[in-house]
Amino acid sequence: MAELGHFALALAGALAIAQSILPLIGARLGEVRGAALMQTGPACAGVTFLCVGIAFGALMHAYATSDFSVANVAQNSHSLKPFLYKLTGTWGNHEGSLLLWVLMLAGCSAAVAAFGNNLPAVLRADVLAVLGMIATGFLLFTLLTSNPFERVFPVPEEGRDLNPLLQDPGLAFHPPFLYAGYVGFSVAFAFACAALIEGRVDATWGRWVRPWVLAAWLLLTLGIALGSWWAYYELGWGGYWFWDPVENSSFMPWLLGTALLHSAIVVEKREALKVWTILLAILSFSMSLLGTFLVRSGVLNSVHAFAADPRRGVFILGLLVVAIGGGLALFAWRAPALQPKGFFAPISREGALVLNNVLLASACAAVAIGTLYPIFADLLLGARITVGPTFFNATFLPMMAPLVLALPVGAMLSWKRADLAGALQRLWLAAAIAAAVLVVGLFVSGLNVLPVLGLAAAAWIFCGAVIEIGGRSRWSLSRLVRLPRAAIGMTVAHIGLAVSTAGISGMGFAAEQIALLRPGETMEVSGTIIRFEGVTRAQGPNYTAERAQLEVLNPDRTVRFAMQPEKRFFPSQRMTTTEAAIHTNIMRDLYAVLGDVVPEQNAAVIRVHVNPMAPWIWIGAVVMALGGVASLSDRRHRVGAPARRRAGPVPAPAE
Amino acid sequence: MSQTRTLAATRRRRRLWILLLAGLGLGTATALTLTAFQDNLVFFHSPSDIAARPPKPGQAIRIGGLVEAGSVRRADGNPEVAFRVTDGANVLAVTYRGVLPDLFREGQGVVANGSMDASGVFRAREVLARHDETYMPPEVADALKRAGHWQPGQPPPPAATWNTLAPRPGS
Repeated sequence: MAELGHFALALAGALAIAQSILPLIGARLGEVRGAALMQTGPACAGVTFLCVGIAFGALMHAYATSDFSVANVAQNSHSLKPFLYKLTGTWGNHEGSLLLWVLMLAGCSAAVAAFGNNLPAVLRADVLAVLGMIATGFLLFTLLTSNPFERVFPVPEEGRDLNPLLQDPGLAFHPPFLYAGYVGFSVAFAFACAALIEGRVDATWGRWVRPWVLAAWLLLTLGIALGSWWAYYELGWGGYWFWDPVENSSFMPWLLGTALLHSAIVVEKREALKVWTILLAILSFSMSLLGTFLVRSGVLNSVHAFAADPRRGVFILGLLVVAIGGGLALFAWRAPALQPKGFFAPISREGALVLNNVLLASACAAVAIGTLYPIFADLLLGARITVGPTFFNATFLPMMAPLVLALPVGAMLSWKRADLAGALQRLWLAAAIAAAVLVVGLFVSGLNVLPVLGLAAAAWIFCGAVIEIGGRSRWSLSRLVRLPRAAIGMTVAHIGLAVSTAGISGMGFAAEQIALLRPGETMEVSGTIIRFEGVTRAQGPNYTAERAQLEVLNPDRTVRFAMQPEKRFFPSQRMTTTEAAIHTNIMRDLYAVLGDVVPEQNAAVIRVHVNPMAPWIWIGAVVMALGGVASLSDRRHRVGAPARRRAGPVPAPAE
Repeated sequence: MSQTRTLAATRRRRRLWILLLAGLGLGTATALTLTAFQDNLVFFHSPSDIAARPPKPGQAIRIGGLVEAGSVRRADGNPEVAFRVTDGANVLAVTYRGVLPDLFREGQGVVANGSMDASGVFRAREVLARHDETYMPPEVADALKRAGHWQPGQPPPPAATWNTLAPRPGS
């Protein structure tokens, strides 16, 4: 099985090389003379996908059957591990996750090949060639430095098991979403390169690219939300975002991808901002590659970076330089050939989207500087520096503020030339509600300014979005459902942003208390009384646990509900993890963590957080993604749209 | 003729507007980043660095080293933990009020964020230990090398011996 997978992977590598050369030559020969060569593109893409699918299936089969003669399985799996985590363990390691990357890339290529019949033949050939080049790079990387099918002899009795932190539903499905997002941007990148090669960008180009950007963006949104949710409940720190380099490296492509999503609309509707959109497409994918590089090469000193190998780092760095350098060189060479069109007044929908792009790109730049500076400081100055959350809060938040302020206004403006006073007039109610939230919030919270400003901003975006869609449908439900899906998608996504903003602001009011408690003793966190009943031992499928019994009391000392935070010990990896107990009523999370158990004092350290509105953060992200889905289902995208992408990765045939 | 010229002029003016906007955005971003850099860069200090040049009390720093064997103490009825961190040459007293990470153990490498108090004790705001028991944080490895416990080019001292790396008196 493993050898079959390896062979299929090598075959895929050869096919990818063919896919990156033949269609490109065919496209240069012209529609007629190069037709046969251009036809090889879709064929190569399809067979490559099949081969990578077989390879992925073979690896998954090795994991499912706990075949420890495969080194990768022996190092990352265990026969006692729950079956679901055996399967998801396929991509819970370096080699497997790369294979997943390649599988998705090949899937995208195949989708472009299969659904791209309405594309001009030359454009399709060029897009497939660029995708082939990316696939070649990653397949070579996999085959040369991280072969997942290496055998080990003698065959170990038992595997070394997956890091217990990763044996979790949140993290099991985090990488596929994240990678699907990254890979989706590779298609936008390929379209951008193809457009540069041909020297032509028009509204139809915008229409072909937008579904890919939308799909990539919505999957990346879900991937980041899953990762943040996992960090929240699994790491036991009570926070949801740590401005950790690994987190930042997925957030940077998201910021640029969001900018790209908006600028692609301008290309599609107005044929303006073409050069900038092409540049954004190149940069979004570059950020995706950089993210992969940062996480996979181990240059990052992150709280959750995984093991690393310098040889791989050099290879990925080379790949990064070729892809980004190549893309930008092509841009510098060919971009002047693109004719600017579609001029607009500064006060217009286009102008608002330019503002959106400027702010998002600047925010991305600030995050990039904060993430990369410690690496450069270490390499060039020899100084060990960390850039903490305070830096990101001090740079990122001030740039988000004008974005949030301008968002509802921008969504009201019409194309080309707009009436700012009229838009503001229609938003008076939203402004009044936001102001009311501000005043009441400041009064109630005792001048806790920053979170209250955030809540007011959330109210402003939410009401602005409702007023916008209400005005467009003239407050009639039957008109609302007949609006273009893209318009509904925009409103839903903006409402999602408002919900997330509210959640993040609510977390600004979080309270935390820590105490060393003996059985029967109580502690109080912002009005909630918690009684500690003692610690019991429990047995899990592949771990043993210390479980604290906590009871949350009413003011009259009767029990409202119980909570059981745990510490789990995994003998196979000799590792302990913290399982926080979370009680949610949507408006607030009660979050309890068991710290050190001190037997000599018959006591345990208990930390309790009250996190107001915490679930809203991830609910908002899901709503944003739903907005993306609504937009994706718009009639304009349906012809030739990659419908398959929404189904997620296609399970590969086992043999 | 004059009409096309005014049209071109409007277009130029509009483009200028956009460039101005972009420049303003980038300028603000740069200014924000630079001011934030000034205040928010956190430097790493080994116990020896702190012994040689004590940082100002209250200034945010990052420290690291090995948790000295037998140094972890917890006062009765108090969730505060006290321990000592060593790089093999000097020791630093640390206190932390919170839940220690799962892999915090005597003899293990540890990194902490916080600041010095007036009495020369490091008050940790955050204690980080990696999720792998053979992992050595790069800062700690660096500190051990500088203290002469890890020869450059050699493999690190085996994890099992880390807690025997007692400070060498007089060094």
